[in-house]
Amino acid sequence: MRGATSAKWVAGAAIIALAATACGGGKDSTDNSGAAADPAGVFSYQSSEPQHPIQPANVMETGGGRITDVLFSKLVDFDPKSGAIENVVADSIKQDDASHYTIKVKQGWTFHNGEKVTAKSFVDAWNWGANAKNAQQNASWFSDIKGYDEVHPEKGDPKSDKMSGLSTPDDYTIKVELANPAPYWTYKLGYSAFSPLPSVFYTNPKKYGEEPIGNGPYQFVKWNHNQDFLTKAYDKYAGADKPKNGGVDFKFYTTSEAAYKDTVSNNLDVLDQVAPSGMATYHQDLGKRAVDAPQNSIQTIAVAAYSPTIKGLKDRGKFMQGISMAIDRDTITKTVLQGSRTPATGFVPPAVKGYSADACGEFCKYNPTKAKELVTEAGGANATISVLYNADGGHKEWVTAVCSNITQATGVKCESDSKADFKTTLDVRTNKKVQSFYRSGWVQDYPLNANFLKDLYGTTAAGNEGGYSNKTFDDLTGKADKAASLDESVKLYQDAEKSLYADMPAIPLWYYKTNAGYSANVKNVTYDTFGKPVFTAVEVLKK
Amino acid sequence: MPETLNKASAGAAETPAVTPVPVAAEKPRSLWSDAWRDLRRNPVFVISAVLIVFLLVVAAFPGLFTSVDPDHADLGKHYLGVPSYSHFFQEDWFGYDVQGRSIFARVLFGARASIIVGVCVTLFVTLLGGLVGMLAGYFGGWFDSLLSRITDVFFGIPLLLGAIVVLNAFTHRTIWTVVLALGILGWTQLARVMRGSVLTVKQADYVQAAKALGAGTGRIMFRHILPNAIAPVIVVATIALGGYIAAEATLSFLGIGLPPSTVSWGNDISSGQTVIRTAPHVLFFPSAMLSLTVLAFIMLGDAVRDALDPKLR
Amino acid sequence: MGRYVARRLLQMIPVFIGTTLLIFLMVYSLPGDPVRALWGDRPADPQAMARLRHEYWFDRPVLAQYWHYLSNVVTGDFGTSFVTGRKVIDVMAETFPVTVRLALVAFAVEVVVGLSLGLLAGLNRGKTWDKLVLVITLLLISIPIFVLGFIFQTIFADQLGWVTPTVQNSDDISQLILPGVVLGSLSFAYIARLSRTSLAENLRADYIRTAIAKGLPRRRVVGVHLMRNSLIPVVTFLGTDLGALMGGAIVTEGIFNVHGIGNTLYRSINQSDNATVVGIVTILVIVYLLSSLLVDLLYAALDPRIRYA
Repeated sequence: MRGATSAKWVAGAAIIALAATACGGGKDSTDNSGAAADPAGVFSYQSSEPQHPIQPANVMETGGGRITDVLFSKLVDFDPKSGAIENVVADSIKQDDASHYTIKVKQGWTFHNGEKVTAKSFVDAWNWGANAKNAQQNASWFSDIKGYDEVHPEKGDPKSDKMSGLSTPDDYTIKVELANPAPYWTYKLGYSAFSPLPSVFYTNPKKYGEEPIGNGPYQFVKWNHNQDFLTKAYDKYAGADKPKNGGVDFKFYTTSEAAYKDTVSNNLDVLDQVAPSGMATYHQDLGKRAVDAPQNSIQTIAVAAYSPTIKGLKDRGKFMQGISMAIDRDTITKTVLQGSRTPATGFVPPAVKGYSADACGEFCKYNPTKAKELVTEAGGANATISVLYNADGGHKEWVTAVCSNITQATGVKCESDSKADFKTTLDVRTNKKVQSFYRSGWVQDYPLNANFLKDLYGTTAAGNEGGYSNKTFDDLTGKADKAASLDESVKLYQDAEKSLYADMPAIPLWYYKTNAGYSANVKNVTYDTFGKPVFTAVEVLKK
Repeated sequence: MPETLNKASAGAAETPAVTPVPVAAEKPRSLWSDAWRDLRRNPVFVISAVLIVFLLVVAAFPGLFTSVDPDHADLGKHYLGVPSYSHFFQEDWFGYDVQGRSIFARVLFGARASIIVGVCVTLFVTLLGGLVGMLAGYFGGWFDSLLSRITDVFFGIPLLLGAIVVLNAFTHRTIWTVVLALGILGWTQLARVMRGSVLTVKQADYVQAAKALGAGTGRIMFRHILPNAIAPVIVVATIALGGYIAAEATLSFLGIGLPPSTVSWGNDISSGQTVIRTAPHVLFFPSAMLSLTVLAFIMLGDAVRDALDPKLR
Repeated sequence: MGRYVARRLLQMIPVFIGTTLLIFLMVYSLPGDPVRALWGDRPADPQAMARLRHEYWFDRPVLAQYWHYLSNVVTGDFGTSFVTGRKVIDVMAETFPVTVRLALVAFAVEVVVGLSLGLLAGLNRGKTWDKLVLVITLLLISIPIFVLGFIFQTIFADQLGWVTPTVQNSDDISQLILPGVVLGSLSFAYIARLSRTSLAENLRADYIRTAIAKGLPRRRVVGVHLMRNSLIPVVTFLGTDLGALMGGAIVTEGIFNVHGIGNTLYRSINQSDNATVVGIVTILVIVYLLSSLLVDLLYAALDPRIRYA
């Protein structure tokens, strides 16, 4: 009986294989805090091949972004824990009025090639980055500055290569005039696009991008394409956060599973994010070396206000609130998402300046009875909705869970509408073909509530792909942008956020967390609200 | 004796004028009826056939075996619920998956998609590849060159990559797009195996004899060459069948296979792998069904090949 | 023989053009705007998009793009990736050697282990060894490669600690063995079963019986007469497999973090990075064409009845 024997064998072997995989982990779980550190030790970090050459105004994705962050120091940065803004290369930033700033640059900073960092290093870099001819991805970051439309017109060649709003009265002073008032403009200075560039950059930007020279705590050593990007601590670094290690090796991984395995086996020192398959066990696997920190980013499902399904509703606001209340965020984050997110209580994550606790109120709490009532009142009980998402982003499980929540609580039929990759969903979104809902999300550029609101839900905002329009919101954000002080602006943005819950342009689901960890070779690894490790503080243990 | 049958069939391939074979009262049995007689007595065949019939019934009428909705999810109560092995045919027999759905129900309902993919792709590639390989191997010359070069173009595109491109090109993916993608890219392998096989068989004495006796091209191809050349094709095809079901799972793993709302073993295997360490049962049951199906088809292939191969008599 | 080879080499030209055109059109027809996708969730800049499109010929008809590409390839220029701005030839020079090494390891595993198992099973048809081989090959075939990779990684790296879970240095062949086994597992199962069937069949052939009757030693019968005649289908398969191994390494390369063409290709397909995709696949096709020529020549060597004019 060949068949029967074989079948038994198959089952037996598979069970052994699975059992073997099931009982991993349980390795030593010290946090290494007692061991001595080696200031020259280099540690490796989970990264991915940068998409473009390293040019700060062209770096948008995480791979290149993290590398740019250690190679360059900007005028300001944010406290890793609180997110408070701090001066780095800036000595002082004075806001003369809502649209005029005077920035004093600290003396004593140098690029890795010895060149001095001056006001010109910044202004030239910004002008170059904004110039339409250079087609930099982050060009729009300079759009607040007066004269941006001259160097970067909607169409055609630039009329000037200098923004008229920028001037350098002396070597260490930058005067900025903005086209429109923006009381929170200083926050933007923390973004990588505002990095200074040495003069050697302009001779051959492309070659420079392969061997970048910055002014940050680490300097470039070698870029083995598709393998790793090696840096070493810059010995003349002028910042307060001098590296406590000898350098960072950005090791490229294509799957988070591989990186996770390497960390558990001490072949990789610092993780960026634990792989989904490691989520349930990483606290056991890494013991005290596991890290669980909040991150300032949010996941939502946004509504396509233009779609026939949504337009056909009696009351869109009530429908949205009802759908939102049908989602059991607590259970989903604990089960399907394995604790990698925390339930959202509003559009602004907690560690962001201007966060107001429980802003969403009952509308973000699970309440199936009320959900059904609201949906019925809104005339949507027989509706069929779908959630558009990209299959390559690990969204499948939670979209399925959210959909079955909605169907079970309200009777609204909910389908997951998956497209193969991100750019396909993007196409559907830009062409306004979304059937009803789409997966959306936002990762902070800077820890301020305006960043989570204005660019996403303003009627004319470029990020508002769903066609949402709310007059109260537009009025309040308009006022907030003209406010005299940052605090007043933040306050007005809080009011604007409140106005969103009446008709909900999107359903806040949960905030991301940094689930990471480190190997037995390093200690003192912490993560900031961007989800990136505080590289300079990491200590490498003596071998 | 292998030769006896070949000679006999070569003799049967006569044009009456040339070789007057005594037309006996007993009609010579065809190769296929011989094969069938053999098969019925082969326990391997019986077991695999029963298994396959069972799988086909499950695929066609999963509702016969369970009344549980495979899409019904209860996260709060059943998230990764462990199997209760004593609860035969009940909702919680095989436990629950990441969404709190009954794995037993999903395994039953998932059979359809996986079996359609496996069987249809295999049929597609065997027919197309077999035909192309046969023609190329038999006629040789420029015709072989042309067909072989076309095969080359398709073969040059690696299966998984081609599938990614083909599948990405469809905005709405269904089972049939997956079948099409795997089929278009898979036939070349069988074409090459068939061609190689035909090349050898073509030289055999019995084929030369049949030619000398003036048998028609079609007759030589299908009566003399095909049965003798088909063995490696059947081996490769039956293995490939399991491979295609697994390939569907791999495509789903890469996020481009069957749509996630389709219940399939492939989808379930790919979502089960995130919890492989904490809840291996989620991965185990769909994987085991996959293995069982592959096993059944390979055994069937083995048996059929043995029966069809005149040399093994 | 020489003329045959020359003719086959000449025939590669149309195949080359056909394949590149096919791939070019396939990538071109992928849904989604690749240039827009560079900006991700953020609003894109129309100016920069227009400039990129112009620089990389995206604003011209697809056949013009293809012609532009092909005429560059003829002069040895495989183009520049619009995503990374790097020369495709540089990218290929980094990634191909890695994948070639991986594929060769997989190939070696396949041939050595696959053939021995096939031999073992074929010579002991119906006995325990045969059944054991059936079970092993069956398991390999029916477990999807990502599950297999994960299981092997867990057993050999996490539990036994024989290897590191991922490849730390792809120049070190010993580190490529585990990924090689995983990559070659499916083909290895094919080879074992193909050679088993082929051997079992030929074992009954007249010439073997004659050889045995003549009193030749068993080793010689099996080693020379039987093997030589049974290898034809196996060689066919092997010949087509090297190219498939190289192109099929996507999942394996991901699991073991090998930086070869599989990953690059997968990423490039996702980004509709035409130049990179076509460049890599073109090389794969050439590898395939050469190995399939080699197979046809081997036929003649293995089977004296097959002759090429």
